[in-house]
Amino acid sequence: MKQLWLTAKLDIVESLRARWFQIYTLVFGGIVALLFLFGLTESRVLGFIGLSRLLVTYIQLTMAILPIFVLITTVRSVAGDREAGVFEYLLSLPVSLSAWFWGKIVGRYIVVFAPVFLAMLGAVIWATIQDIEVPWDMFGYYTALLAVMAMCFLGIGMLISAIARTTDMAQGAAFMVWLFLLLFLDLILLGVMIQGKVAPEIAVTMALANPLQVFRTAALALFDPQLIVLGPSAYVILDLFGVTGYKIFALVYPATIGALSATIGYFIFRRGDLP
Amino acid sequence: MIQFNNVVKTFRRARVLDGISLNIGLGERVALIGSNGAGKTTLIRCLLGEYTHDGSVAINGLDPRSNRTTVLGNIGFVPQLPPPLKMPVGQLIDFSAALCGTDPKRIHAIARRLGLDLDGILARQFVRLSGGMKQKLLIAIALGRDAKVLVMDEPAANLDPEARKIFFDLLAERLEDATMIISSHRLDEVSALVNRVIEMDMGKVVLDDEVADAVSMTASLACRIVLGRFEPAFAKALDGWHFTSDDAKLVWEGSIAGPDRLRFLGIISRYTALVSDLSLAEARD
Repeated sequence: MKQLWLTAKLDIVESLRARWFQIYTLVFGGIVALLFLFGLTESRVLGFIGLSRLLVTYIQLTMAILPIFVLITTVRSVAGDREAGVFEYLLSLPVSLSAWFWGKIVGRYIVVFAPVFLAMLGAVIWATIQDIEVPWDMFGYYTALLAVMAMCFLGIGMLISAIARTTDMAQGAAFMVWLFLLLFLDLILLGVMIQGKVAPEIAVTMALANPLQVFRTAALALFDPQLIVLGPSAYVILDLFGVTGYKIFALVYPATIGALSATIGYFIFRRGDLP
Repeated sequence: MIQFNNVVKTFRRARVLDGISLNIGLGERVALIGSNGAGKTTLIRCLLGEYTHDGSVAINGLDPRSNRTTVLGNIGFVPQLPPPLKMPVGQLIDFSAALCGTDPKRIHAIARRLGLDLDGILARQFVRLSGGMKQKLLIAIALGRDAKVLVMDEPAANLDPEARKIFFDLLAERLEDATMIISSHRLDEVSALVNRVIEMDMGKVVLDDEVADAVSMTASLACRIVLGRFEPAFAKALDGWHFTSDDAKLVWEGSIAGPDRLRFLGIISRYTALVSDLSLAEARD
């Protein structure tokens, strides 16, 4: 356990000094700052006003940015470290492979999740100071949603890093995974449904296999519990899960994907050449 | 102590190690030499348990891959290329010391002996140090613990003559209780440090020979060189070895480390036409 925390700490220190982390923090901090600056808390959409309105917009933007950011930065730094000889040296020290791999994941998870959460927390603190009502339920659920989103894509990123031997290959694979999930978000799925070749249940099941879609739907469900925006798909989802059931599914399923990907990544990493 | 038994390593279709079998005993100091691509680094990585391979590698009977923490706890490693770590020097020392179960002060003490102004660089990022400083720090981390095996890839390549002398002294202190494997492209770089030479080529051992162990690692030689005429390039080279000269810069005197004699003579040989007198005298105890 000591080795795991040492490795996690090491990864945090390395990340804090990396350019990608500075940009990453700036992006999420900047989003919240801009949303306040442009008076989003005073605007009203679908009955949402105040901090709820800001949080809804923030999570939508985060869902667009976080997955690709986490994927690319994870594979770039892990595969880059391997190529640059960091693994050769640090893995010559007496650290177990499990402590190294999981320590790296823990460290990176803290680094990836902290800016996203702190930006949202900053918004809540600011709202409290400004006497704007804070929707604590929404804040709590969005926090959990962001936590599992980071976990999901970090796990996938570590799996790609374990498989790909070069930074270029890892980066290309990460981008392809993101693009694949993005295309299945709407475009291909809608095309398939329009052509009427697939039963709606199967199309919805396919959609819900996509973590991006799961997050998107879960975020929608918080301000549109009946998922009216989704049209007929909503019936299938709500019949299958119910409103609360879906909220739980949206947390458990991506977390499982992340944990499973990371575990497969660990076994691949342990089995092959380390540097 | 260290056993390589028919070790084969293949990258895609290229066979980088082709059936290496070696036995290295306690106290042996092995020069692992060979040109680029001979398989030296791959062999070292197999020894460190970083590469999977056919055949077996054992240190004190333990496989370094499946007994990582036990085996690597006894190995001090200095890589050829320092890793581009962004962490501060102090943290790298603390991290390594914590993993290796040693006191960071031991590493500090060796780094200072090698001439590092440690207090001035503890907060500096490792990657921002000069090549020589990085090398000194990695040597200090490798030697600042009770390692039974020292694996060093071109360890003295970036060191100035003074630091090389201290490095040889540090190795001399470990002669009795450590096995050393020193990798290099050139034998003259490491010949005086070792008592066995293993040359590799195309993934095979092509030479495995004992070396006369006559040169003391702590010995130093007083040197006097008289030049026929002044040559700025030669003067600069001697200045690098901390030699002093007379006003006309024709008579140079200084001291060189015993194990560095071949390397030193290699440099002198480039200016043979300028040298009118040369003496090397071993200092008597």
